[in-house]
Amino acid sequence: MHILVCGGTGCRASQAELISENLKTEIENRGLENEIKVVSTGCFGFCEKGPVVKVVPDDTFYTEVRPSDAKDIIEEHVIKGRPLKRLLYKNPKNENKVTSTAHIDFYKKQVRIALRNCGFIDPENVDEYIGRDGYAALGKILAEKSPEEVIAIIKDSELRGRGGGGFPTGLKWEITRNVENKEKYVVCNADEGDPGAFMDRSILEGDPHSVIEAMAICGFCIGADKGLVYIRAEYPLAIERLKIAIKQAREYGLLGDNILESGFKFDIELRYGAGAFFSGEETALIHSMEGFRGEPTFKPPFPSVSGYKGKPTNVNNVETFANIPVIINKGAEWFNAIGSEKSKGTKVFALAGKVNNVGLIEVPMGITLREIIFDIGGGIRGGKKFKAVQTGGPSGGCLTEKDLDIPIDYDNLIKAGSMMGSGGMIVLDEDDCMVSIAKFYLEFTLDESCGKCTPCRIGNKRLFEILEKITEGKGTEEDLERLRLLSNVIKDTSLCGLGQTSPNPILSTLDNFYDEYKAHVVDGKCPAGQCKSLLKYEIDSEACTGCTLCFRNCPVGAISGERKSPHYIDQSLCIKCGVCYDKCKFKAINIV
Amino acid sequence: MKVKSLADLRKIKDEVHEKIKLREQSENAEQIVQIKVAMATCGIASGAKEIMSYIIDELDYSGIDGVVTQTGCMGYCYAEPTIEVKLPGKAPVVYGFVTKGKAKEIIERYIIKGELVDGVIPVTYRTIDE
Repeated sequence: MHILVCGGTGCRASQAELISENLKTEIENRGLENEIKVVSTGCFGFCEKGPVVKVVPDDTFYTEVRPSDAKDIIEEHVIKGRPLKRLLYKNPKNENKVTSTAHIDFYKKQVRIALRNCGFIDPENVDEYIGRDGYAALGKILAEKSPEEVIAIIKDSELRGRGGGGFPTGLKWEITRNVENKEKYVVCNADEGDPGAFMDRSILEGDPHSVIEAMAICGFCIGADKGLVYIRAEYPLAIERLKIAIKQAREYGLLGDNILESGFKFDIELRYGAGAFFSGEETALIHSMEGFRGEPTFKPPFPSVSGYKGKPTNVNNVETFANIPVIINKGAEWFNAIGSEKSKGTKVFALAGKVNNVGLIEVPMGITLREIIFDIGGGIRGGKKFKAVQTGGPSGGCLTEKDLDIPIDYDNLIKAGSMMGSGGMIVLDEDDCMVSIAKFYLEFTLDESCGKCTPCRIGNKRLFEILEKITEGKGTEEDLERLRLLSNVIKDTSLCGLGQTSPNPILSTLDNFYDEYKAHVVDGKCPAGQCKSLLKYEIDSEACTGCTLCFRNCPVGAISGERKSPHYIDQSLCIKCGVCYDKCKFKAINIV
Repeated sequence: MKVKSLADLRKIKDEVHEKIKLREQSENAEQIVQIKVAMATCGIASGAKEIMSYIIDELDYSGIDGVVTQTGCMGYCYAEPTIEVKLPGKAPVVYGFVTKGKAKEIIERYIIKGELVDGVIPVTYRTIDE
């Protein structure tokens, strides 16, 4: 028998380690150490009810366990062989006690559809993919279905584009199908570029065949015999695995002429992006593939009508494609039973920032941010206070405490002032300065702006300068108004999505954290203590013992003073590196 | 080999399942162990490659009949490198933060003696088959 004690950060903060120790002592007292082992585990994703303890093999799940409960668990569960009732999880709906994990409604919050094979199969072995129903969807439609029928399934599933736009995938396929042209293209957009996002990379690295299969299905539906994957050159492992997968698929006759003897012909080639964030926009992506600069052009015409080489082109994101084979195998109804009213299925997020369990997660649409951050993510690192979560990358915005309980889907996130985006989710805590965060994202867009239109090229530069001024403590209240005004002008007048959304991080932080901006410009203070120019290090002359440690470590010689008498920092020389603060053993250095 | 029809695909699928079953029911079943190492960029960056070759060597050295394969990201990026160990007839168990020392402990205690060791990562998601 094994007793598993959650060792996730959340549970450890509520004395999970002591629970383990007490359990071990109780076991030893009874001489059972050979039969029962106490094991500490990673996060169960149930932090709200932590600390949690699970007993295997009978799968009993105890919640909100305290160190003093150890004795009862051993006596009741182990010796007498019956579950300890008072610690069982109570179903919040009917107050019934739940014995095993299998029956806890809210226990497993993640559903893996796009990531179904990631971490499960060997991505370099096509047989393992086939062993998990791989290429069955392609086989099925080639043998039994017409393109119209398949498009109808995708439309019924209500799958929406996972690259961030949320355009109905089935509709896109139908539009491309209905354009008359002998030559059409299927393009997979693998130019993932949001800071901190790695959903598409993980899918391509873990399950490349799912994308290949879906592209072939798309080709069959729209009447294309050629597929192109536009992937960034910075993803060498994903490229290598894709190449292996394409080779294997060709060897098996799952790509090439006469696929599965159906007469259908389809093949895939790779195109590499040179690392411009902007090339992820579909018109810019197409130009880049054609060998031109990755610059956007006005839509319409949409790529579905005139895309690669002027031919009808269907562009979908990696994650969108990864959903397709499952939808065909399991049916549209199965798929659209998952998710919220307007957004069906699941979404993969790259959960990063100040959460305990940084990772790749796939959750049903309609889940709340609270569940993602505090259950799956295991709460904020170091027990700090949650401040905001940034979604949608440089085009998105910040969501705060008040947004924690809204069900996440395309429409609700936009209503809340952010967006779904491709799935980057960066969690911020009380130590993050929101002005600096806005500056970070703007610096990113500034770097990535193609320069074609003036509002984006010059306007963003001016915005950045204002933000820089504010973080240096030189900002004024008029600057805040100017920020808002200029942001709105850039939004309204930029040519493409990049410029139209680049001020979003500023507008959303201005809306939600106006006080913080004000503190910077009015009080000359950075509440989070991040803006160096606004910090001042001072020595408390009463606490200082004159040990000279700070004096000896200061890299610029800004500290002076006699041994055994209080020291002093010359503010004009201080570079605010914080070394003195870290070195002082007497807490005599204050940040003011 | 060309796959010519849906029936051929099903045949491959059955063969893969058969292979796994055979592995589990073979004569030295209690010794055949399947280990998957998460080898996406995140895993490799945390040292999964070294861990994978270390495990292969150690299994060899201890005379344990095992299959070690690579796989994609399991999603537990905070706990890389991660490995999944499947003992015959038992549910797969995922271990996180696998260093060489941890790998040795897993082999000596979990694989040989069947005792779980610290660092188990509970499965926190539902699959499409549930």
